[in-house]
Amino acid sequence: MMSWLPENISAHGGEIDFLFTFIYYITSVTFFLVAACMVAFLILYRQKPGVQATYTHGNKTIEIIWTVIPAIILIVILFLSQASWAKLKVNPPTNPDVRLEVIGKQFNWIVIYPGPDGKFGTKDDVRLDNQVNIPINKMVLISMRAEDVIHSFFIPNARVKQDIVPGRLTQVWFKPIKTGKYEIPCAELCGTGHSGMKGELIVHSEESYTAFLTKLYAKKSS
Amino acid sequence: MSDSATATVGHDHHEASFISTYVFSTDHKMIAKQFFWFALVMMILGGGLALMFRWQLAWPETSVWGFGWLSDENEFMPTGIIGPDIYNMMITMHATIMVFFVIMPMFSGAFSNFLIPLMIGARDMAFPFLNMLSFWVAALAGVIMLAGFFVEGGHAAAGWTAYAPLSIKEEFTGVGAGQTLWALSIFVLTISGLMGSVNYITTVINMRTKGMTWFRMPTTVWALFVVAILSLLALPILGAAGVLLIFDRVFETAFFDPQKGGQPLLWQHLFWYFGHPEVYILILPAMGVTSDILSVFSRKPIFGYRAMVYAIIAIAFIGWAVWGHHMFQSGMNPRLGQAFMTTTMLIAIPSAIKTFNWLGTLWKGSIQFTVPMLHALAFVSMFVIGGLSGIFMASNTVDIFIHDTYFIVAHIHYVLFGGSIFGLFAGVTFWFPKMFGRMMNDSLGRVHFWITFIGFNIIFFPMHILGIGGHMRRIYNPMQYDFLKDFEPFNVAITLGALMLGMGQIIFAMNIFGSLWKLNFNWFRTAARVVSSYLSAFIAYKFVAFYLEGLTNPTPASFGGRMFAGIIGLAVFVWIYRYLSKKMGEIGETAPQNPWKANTLEWVAPVIPPHGNFGPTLPVVHRGPYEYSLPGEEDDWAPQTKPLSEEAASASH
Repeated sequence: MMSWLPENISAHGGEIDFLFTFIYYITSVTFFLVAACMVAFLILYRQKPGVQATYTHGNKTIEIIWTVIPAIILIVILFLSQASWAKLKVNPPTNPDVRLEVIGKQFNWIVIYPGPDGKFGTKDDVRLDNQVNIPINKMVLISMRAEDVIHSFFIPNARVKQDIVPGRLTQVWFKPIKTGKYEIPCAELCGTGHSGMKGELIVHSEESYTAFLTKLYAKKSS
Repeated sequence: MSDSATATVGHDHHEASFISTYVFSTDHKMIAKQFFWFALVMMILGGGLALMFRWQLAWPETSVWGFGWLSDENEFMPTGIIGPDIYNMMITMHATIMVFFVIMPMFSGAFSNFLIPLMIGARDMAFPFLNMLSFWVAALAGVIMLAGFFVEGGHAAAGWTAYAPLSIKEEFTGVGAGQTLWALSIFVLTISGLMGSVNYITTVINMRTKGMTWFRMPTTVWALFVVAILSLLALPILGAAGVLLIFDRVFETAFFDPQKGGQPLLWQHLFWYFGHPEVYILILPAMGVTSDILSVFSRKPIFGYRAMVYAIIAIAFIGWAVWGHHMFQSGMNPRLGQAFMTTTMLIAIPSAIKTFNWLGTLWKGSIQFTVPMLHALAFVSMFVIGGLSGIFMASNTVDIFIHDTYFIVAHIHYVLFGGSIFGLFAGVTFWFPKMFGRMMNDSLGRVHFWITFIGFNIIFFPMHILGIGGHMRRIYNPMQYDFLKDFEPFNVAITLGALMLGMGQIIFAMNIFGSLWKLNFNWFRTAARVVSSYLSAFIAYKFVAFYLEGLTNPTPASFGGRMFAGIIGLAVFVWIYRYLSKKMGEIGETAPQNPWKANTLEWVAPVIPPHGNFGPTLPVVHRGPYEYSLPGEEDDWAPQTKPLSEEAASASH
């Protein structure tokens, strides 16, 4: 089943995929154990003439065992998740290589490039609709705002998702490790055009990224 | 206790008119039946909406089967095609209706009303008039909700979660009065729920019959009691949030409007602070019902009765501290995500205890595969899948990827359909004889069960795969995305499954009405047989065709494959038809006093309990509800009213 995951293109994606697979195996084993017990009991203990059910109200020891074992497994999953969560969502990179801004509005992603001065909010900023261009192997930090309603910035291949709330700044960061073109759908119902609200993530090689920026900023200044 | 008991008995002397018996009745059993029919009718609507939007997902932007005749000027569906705004309305209303107008009225309305007084040995509810009011207020909420379909701009289309700011301004969705009516209806419904829960809590605390101690109560009553407490505390939050939403929409206040300094996340906090306890309001009664039914048909006490009760209470408690797991990616402070994951993991533990105790109940039992038991077993197995898929969502890190994908759709349906609805079917088939004095037909019930069970899994299991593929929920047309193109065959399979499941409920309806009115005419029996056999054959045909050609093969099945599948389908048709011809027996047999040989008090009451339930004296309880197969007793069951022999008394401890 896990082979259905879209191809991972970000450095941290492996951590999410690992946890996903880890939980997948634990839950599969649990399910098959429970299902096997259930089917076995249904066959073994089906009503038979002359055989009475065993009168019992339970067994303290076994009840404690099946309380403690799931608890331990859940604690393990909890701790495994927290390390990744802190890295992926709590502590943004202090010195990202690339900074971008995204504004979500019905039904587009407006992507803002800082321009040659590297600062946002200046005259040389460049806006592109629905196109996020980034270089490979560089940490990218995207700051996001919404103009109207809540949207959710989702890049399946990069294992990135973050709601964008009007009146609030949210951020995502990731490091792409593969070049190519990928889709950026909106994952939070945002109105009639929600379906089909999508942008394009283009991961460039180093050279092609420089070329892209040069062209983009040249167009702006001319 | 005894005062109100005599008071209600006194009512019997009045000549009851049609209106006071069937419309404005204060009898808890009649009110239960009113809720029951209310929920079933709403279920048809909610299910119908689901079938419609499933069509759009399988065959995007084509005429829905049976609606092709609509003109291209039709307001809702030009030429039978569902547009994106109508699609959003349909998904919103499907969830709203199923959650608020089917499962809630069924459990917190019908089951609570019918079972609590009968199972604790009371003559009626503590406040019969309030009880009547509770139903009619719910009916009013239903009318307001339905009215929303007919107003300009259509009904609410912001999702059943109605996230602000999408839900607070007409310009964002094009929906005007519909969304306001939605919020108003929800507000009115919470008032009905409050009246109900005050009643249930008071009744359980004050009106238990002599000997019915807390730990002699059946788990069903425990669950319904705890749910009443949850409702009492949770519903005001939803009601308040609904009112704030109306204020924002109508009086242009700024609770949730960021442009005026409001806070969109406030809505989410309010909604989910209610919403998570709500999930338990929907599932706990099904757990209680299942525990009772498993015990009855295993002829064995519940394994770890006290642990089961404590688990219900623990779930209800911890359920207040987990709402943030719906908001991991919402933009709230991510550090809270860690806290909410911890509490969420905590709540998985009592759920695990319950599952293992159900298995323990089956262990060394003497299992009878009756229709209610089949549904209860389906509940357990489907709840296991739903619970386990919940662990994926509970991990905040994994949730980054699967949040708002079909994985959550699969999860919620495994819990609320595989859980609550199977619990509901189990309860309805189990207590139908008590409610209407007739047995439901056994063989029709079996066919209905298998079609529902198989159809359910065809629909919702593949949704896990869609979720893993990143398929977003609530999208109108998955074919707009390149990375979802490979998943189209799954969407087609799911829609076919939905069609089967939906049509399978026709058998359920035929069984209910057939049994209720003793429809033993030849035409009805033949119709029931043909419908059941045809549906089973259809499922078999589709199954085999998929197996032969592969689920993900985009080309249609070859002629040879279809022939082979057709032969199998035909064989299934003949098989089911013959099975029903042989086994159907009489439809609507008169129910005996205690058809399942169950211990709880409702089966001590007359077959159709009169107003006041128990005749001149109330039953006295001498033992717990699950004393099945007690050594030293002649039968493998004994009603709670039967005094323990000395021998048995020593064995039971």
